Amino acid sequence: MNTNSNRELAIQISDLTVAYEETAVLWDIDVEVPVGTIMGIIGPNGSGKTTLIKSIMGIVEPSAGSVRVFGRPFREQRRRVGYVPQRTSVDWDFPTTVFDVVLMGTYGSLGWFRRPGAAERDAAHMALERVGMQDYLKRQISELSGGQQQRCFLARALVQEADIYLMDEPFQGVDARTEHAIVEILREMRSRGKTVIVVHHDLQTVERYFDLITMLNVRVVAQGPVAEVFTEENLRRTYGGRVELGRV
Amino acid sequence: MFDIVTFFQLMFSDHTLRVVSLGTAMVGAVSGVLGCYAYLRKQAMMGAIVAHASLFGITTAFLLGTALGGSVLAMQLVLPGAFLGGVLAMAFVSLVVHTTPLKADAAMGLAVAIFFGAGIALLRMIQSLSLMGHRGLRDFLFGQAATMTNADIRTIAVLAVVAIGISLLFWKEFKLHTFDRDFAAGIGYPMHRLDQLLLATIVLAIVIGLRTVGVILIVSLLVCPAAAARQWTKSLSGMAALSAVFGLVSGIVGATLSAMVRNLPTGPVIALTATAFVFLSLFFAPHRGVIARALRRARNRKHLRPPEATLPVGGGV
Repeated sequence: MNTNSNRELAIQISDLTVAYEETAVLWDIDVEVPVGTIMGIIGPNGSGKTTLIKSIMGIVEPSAGSVRVFGRPFREQRRRVGYVPQRTSVDWDFPTTVFDVVLMGTYGSLGWFRRPGAAERDAAHMALERVGMQDYLKRQISELSGGQQQRCFLARALVQEADIYLMDEPFQGVDARTEHAIVEILREMRSRGKTVIVVHHDLQTVERYFDLITMLNVRVVAQGPVAEVFTEENLRRTYGGRVELGRV
Repeated sequence: MFDIVTFFQLMFSDHTLRVVSLGTAMVGAVSGVLGCYAYLRKQAMMGAIVAHASLFGITTAFLLGTALGGSVLAMQLVLPGAFLGGVLAMAFVSLVVHTTPLKADAAMGLAVAIFFGAGIALLRMIQSLSLMGHRGLRDFLFGQAATMTNADIRTIAVLAVVAIGISLLFWKEFKLHTFDRDFAAGIGYPMHRLDQLLLATIVLAIVIGLRTVGVILIVSLLVCPAAAARQWTKSLSGMAALSAVFGLVSGIVGATLSAMVRNLPTGPVIALTATAFVFLSLFFAPHRGVIARALRRARNRKHLRPPEATLPVGGGV
């Protein structure tokens, strides 16, 4: 049934249903993500993409179903999952600097009350260098462009030193240079055996960026290798016939 | 009536005033620090609701104390009563929002109507009964620092240490929890518990200041120092420190002025001083201030150039 059945699964979602009040936001979701792949999640607005990411991490409480991370409940695997929330989900006028935001990536492993030390600061410096933001350490975050904000969030996730990365619309409203930098980092992650799940909205780049794709509209419409499932037919079923792929 | 020399003479020579100023300074500093969170979480109005609602707790606790053990017990129960009244109002707002179609702002209006209304009614009742100690209760409306006793100051000091201690202990947790809730939840922070702890600490900061600033204006001490400090700094620790200083100075100025001028309640003076810091900061702060921004705009206009991408490119696009 599953062509990757002999491959270790990074994430296994079974029968997941999430509902706010009486409305189902996600309905009976089954998704499997093998280790070392980059999976894109696409779907129209309100199709439950962000909720899916959040329910993997227990930020949203599912009504039914289960999520396993490397075969165990997420709670036991928290440290192995890094997270890039939607850039627009925070108030960038918060009084803090780029460096401080990146340091927040170490809070999970620090535990209660302990403050970041030399090791954490080194990790933050290295992560900022990887995203090309080393010259912006002391910059107030309110003065960043959209792309710089995104790279700042990406650096914070890198500091988490996780095995799985969940990214919510990392390409939303960023400049070409940032987009390129992020893609490079995604590929580098994959080559080191990391697993990446990306909520995505730009259909033009799906084939270039992802190995696997999940097409979502409250239910999973299609799932599998991009070459197999990213078809006009599935797009119509996902977006309700309102989408032109722009391919001839 | 007022001159700056008498002001400083009074401040440094008068023993009572020194004690009182110490009290209002602590009140200002604590509100300044916790106010940063109320400000950044956009919960300033919640602070106002809590403060108003605490009058219900104050009066109920006073009546209960009088009935059970007389005026001494009554006064001892007032601050715990204020705290519980504030917490009760918050729980009420949250209950209304979660169980009825009303939104948060309407729920808060309802909370003020019920708890502040009942508080005022009970206050009138206590006054008409002329229960012992009822004059002291009136100070909670507009705030009066001059009648503070050494015992009051000690209470303030202990509660201030608790409130500041909690915010220092949970510094990085509160910071991340305020800045990025999703990320904080993702790394396993117990969001609900942290919410409750932070709100309870903010309520505590409010309760500490009720006696000196009053239930109506205490929100100004929560919002103004924080709003002023935000304009000058680019880190949360810098903001909290500066906000504490603004609050502290407002407290001292308020206590001193109201001691110099007869019948001038402390609360309004403290509130107005804190407001002055806001206006000064909004105008004069570097980078964010109105003047700095106007200068920057003017300078940019002089050096206006088209961005490089729009310059003519040979060969066409």
